Amino acid sequence: MDDDRLTGVGRPIRSGRDIGRDGISGGHRPAIRATIILLLFPLLASCSGVQSALDPAGSEASAVATLFFVMLTGGAVIWAGVVGLLFHAARKRRTYSEKGAGQLILWGGAVLPSVILAALLSYAVWLMPNVRPWFQAEDRGLRRVEVTGEQFWWRVRYLDDGGAVVFETANEVRVPTGERVVFLLKSPDVIHSFWIPVLGGKMDMIPGRENRLTLQAEKPGTYRGVCAEFCGASHALMAFTVHAMEPEAYEDWYKARQASSGTRDAQGLELFLRHGCGACHGISGTEARGAIGPDLTAFGERGSVGAGTLANEKDQIARFLRDPDAVKPEARMPHFSMLPEAEIDRIAAYLKGLR
Amino acid sequence: MKSIIPREVETLWTLFTAPTVWALHFIACYVTVAVFCAKRLPSSFTFDGVRIALVIVTALALAMIVLSGYLAWRQWGFGAADPPHDEPTRDARTLFQGFATLLLSGLSFVAVVFASIPLIFIAECQP
Repeated sequence: MDDDRLTGVGRPIRSGRDIGRDGISGGHRPAIRATIILLLFPLLASCSGVQSALDPAGSEASAVATLFFVMLTGGAVIWAGVVGLLFHAARKRRTYSEKGAGQLILWGGAVLPSVILAALLSYAVWLMPNVRPWFQAEDRGLRRVEVTGEQFWWRVRYLDDGGAVVFETANEVRVPTGERVVFLLKSPDVIHSFWIPVLGGKMDMIPGRENRLTLQAEKPGTYRGVCAEFCGASHALMAFTVHAMEPEAYEDWYKARQASSGTRDAQGLELFLRHGCGACHGISGTEARGAIGPDLTAFGERGSVGAGTLANEKDQIARFLRDPDAVKPEARMPHFSMLPEAEIDRIAAYLKGLR
Repeated sequence: MKSIIPREVETLWTLFTAPTVWALHFIACYVTVAVFCAKRLPSSFTFDGVRIALVIVTALALAMIVLSGYLAWRQWGFGAADPPHDEPTRDARTLFQGFATLLLSGLSFVAVVFASIPLIFIAECQP
């Protein structure tokens, strides 16, 4: 097809040069291009953050990000090549023989993609040990943290070398930087998935199984983990806070966490126990030893209320106590709206004060 | 030249030979590794043993696919006539079958190679 036909009656197809002539004038085009590029920059900001796999803070996540960018570049180069060929074919300045076209299809359409895919596949498989390293925790004396996905929160237990529970907490994971930590992942109810995008890939938590995931944080900071497998009405409200801490700070926290301050506010504790909260929730060092719901030791230090549902403030705690189901659909905790407002506020203040 | 295998085969089965080899190779790789890792056999039989066995299976599969491809190429007359071979004649039909089998053999060859790439990289079983 030559240019006469392109610009003929009805003008069914307009070439790029046509648009340049009678559409947007040549002088404006660089300005428009620059504007588009400038408008794209804010999008790049969304690549960073506490929950972005593209802004890694751990060695496994770095491997995932590297894999992503290599694949993205590979895909972009292939796309550019194909689009280039498309333009070449549309302009058609020269003709190819039947045989030449056949050769082009064979080499460009079959051999080249096979070779490129083989290379990318080999690279991805070769990178696997970095993306998902495997360590027998017991053999290497690695720190172990057992995380159980519940509907809809996270039970977190820190284990000693023998595998015994040192202490339990909920909806918050702390790891030392520069050290591999093995997570033992379980579920008592439905399939959940444990994912800290900033530190590494996701791993399912399957009832009746214990899956293992090794992560190594490199950059200290506070990050966000999520449930990555639909697990019920409040699946989207099942998040947790991740603190990657300098090793000394971690050790200090680990020691301090084993001593409880739950009895410091005697009146608040008395209300907490009188209304039966201790039947489901544990606070170490007190008579509250329930293990059905999240452990509340040092609750005031947590990043959120209700596994990432509300901000950890007194008013929000009170709101959750009054009617958990209203803020977190199908949460197992019963509502306590029948309690006097003053007592709800008092319990909320007690919980906020737990360190 | 007389040949043991006739040049023109009036059956569709030759068409499926290469994809069938691909399917069997795929099953052999996955089942062998899965059973080996699930059973955790004693150390007399290491993962390298599985690896070598599957490399041999892969070589056999590729050889069969190459043979199927060669026979198809021959049936196609080594490219003497150009596709699409759509005339309603016996000749066109056999040429079409030969060409289709050749293409399927190529696809199956690449697929078997892709399925075997992890054999180079897998280190061991993970529970």
